Amino acid sequence: MAHYKPPVQGKLSQLVDVIVLVALTVGALFVPLWLHMAGSSKTVPAPVASPTWEALGQNAAQAKQYEALGYTPESAHDLILSRFDYSFTFGALVTMIVVIIAYYVLMLKFSEAEYRDVIAEKFGEK
Amino acid sequence: MANFDITSNVRDGMGPHGTKVGLLRVLGPAHVWALGVGIVLVGEYMGWNFAVGKGGAYAALLACWFAGILYTCVAMIDSEVTSTVAAAGGQYTQAKHIVGPLMAFNVGLYLVFAYTMLEAANAITAGYLVSVVSNMTGYAGTLDQRPFIVLVIMFLAWLNYRGVLATLTFNLVITAVAFAAIIVLFLSTSGILGGGIMQHAALFEGHELPYGWIGVLAAMHFGLWYYLGIEGTTQAAEEVRSPARALPFGTLAGIMTLLIAATLTWYVCSGVLPWEFLGDGVSGSVAPLFDTARLSGSDALVWLLGIGTLFATLASANGCINDASRAWFAMGRDKYLPAWFGAVHPKYRTPYRSILFLVPIALIFALGAPLDQVITFSILSGLLEYTFMPLNIILFRKKWPMGVIKRGYEHPFHPLPAITLLALCAITFFAVFLGYGTQLVAMIGFYIVVSLWFHFRRYRFVDRGAQFTMPWPRPQGY
Repeated sequence: MAHYKPPVQGKLSQLVDVIVLVALTVGALFVPLWLHMAGSSKTVPAPVASPTWEALGQNAAQAKQYEALGYTPESAHDLILSRFDYSFTFGALVTMIVVIIAYYVLMLKFSEAEYRDVIAEKFGEK
Repeated sequence: MANFDITSNVRDGMGPHGTKVGLLRVLGPAHVWALGVGIVLVGEYMGWNFAVGKGGAYAALLACWFAGILYTCVAMIDSEVTSTVAAAGGQYTQAKHIVGPLMAFNVGLYLVFAYTMLEAANAITAGYLVSVVSNMTGYAGTLDQRPFIVLVIMFLAWLNYRGVLATLTFNLVITAVAFAAIIVLFLSTSGILGGGIMQHAALFEGHELPYGWIGVLAAMHFGLWYYLGIEGTTQAAEEVRSPARALPFGTLAGIMTLLIAATLTWYVCSGVLPWEFLGDGVSGSVAPLFDTARLSGSDALVWLLGIGTLFATLASANGCINDASRAWFAMGRDKYLPAWFGAVHPKYRTPYRSILFLVPIALIFALGAPLDQVITFSILSGLLEYTFMPLNIILFRKKWPMGVIKRGYEHPFHPLPAITLLALCAITFFAVFLGYGTQLVAMIGFYIVVSLWFHFRRYRFVDRGAQFTMPWPRPQGY
């Protein structure tokens, strides 16, 4: 295999590459946040109108610890009763599985083609 | 068998290309331990408790142990491969030699983002801790945490800039103090020394598995936080005096330390704090070990765990800067990234440009995103990396079977650890899907886009054969 001679990259071109990479990175984190699609927020499925420790499902030991932490039944209401919603659709699960598998297949396939070039140039053609 | 001795001092200060663009070999096994445990131990001080919120206290314990198995597999696999690949970049450099350039580019980015996000999370926690201390010492207002977040990142970046030996010796001391603080808290509150305050049965009553078994699966998401970063020991490969001995020793001693620390942490916190408070790391317990100390009634424990929390966050951020900059530097040296980053400081022999460049990136995340999102971003990058590892070790053993090249460490029961790791990664992907599926897909979308950018634009600047820098024979099957 003929030796591949890479082009020399100028300073401006290097700067452009860095800006592109940073923009993509910041976008991957912040776009879901800006679109309010990030995270699994908790909700209170069954609020209690006049909360007491008993109504919040807390026994004496649990109530004592909350009081030691500075909470009252009112201030601890949302903390104690809020729950995640783990319901999901079969379609969403299948989509995630397909995306993950497709990603790794893509990586391995492209990498293998590039790797054969590397080995051929490093060790010579067989 | 190739006769290259990776323990040779002849390579000191030389890059894997045999050029002078290399780092200084000054570290020992204790520094490797300090790097790995130092990055991770903060996970015991904050963040792991989100697993309690996802499924309850028992679910967090199961997640602790299953994640422990996952990371034991990671440590075993990593120890074998990295004891052979003695160059900066860790898993990036492994992937470059074993799987191929595109995978290596992705792995390099996993590393940089996992560590930079973790660094940001640490800085956020340090800022929070300073505000708590200000309130405890009489300040009535709301302290602006941002200057402290900036100060933490800038100070540690400066330390990293000045040299790796001082950086990781600093880590060794503060990590040891943070680990000792957990032991002291356990001994003081469990009844072994003095009266015990544990009341697991009473606090769990009626809340054993609040979400049922799906909560146990969901808890695996943040179960990773108990150990995330131990694989970072591999980044020291180009700076340890004896990679073949120090890396496996430091890494395996590190995972053993963390298994103990994680279980003790769960025990003391879940025995004192109600699960709803413990499991809410934003509105409830941001620093659970510190909160446990507050309820112990001992001012000495409060101060010790306060110092432990601060030290753990500093050690982790410090190690993260070290690791992220090595990965970034290694990619720059190979021209996977602009070559400007592949420079070593003429006096301090550190990858100073990479260290400086990643400072504003960490600040953007620390000042602009909520803690759980930053943690999730870090966990996702780590998870993608762990999924790569079984593929990596299977290909490594296939291309260079035992006896073909020297290995500093050979992990037992292959391929059982690889298969176990892959299965646990699949479970964790499902756990992340339960609530953070959008981020997962967004993140994979990001990696697909940057992969296309690398393949069609960036890779043209990479010297094909020269990037294979290990003195190994031709891989079998090629």
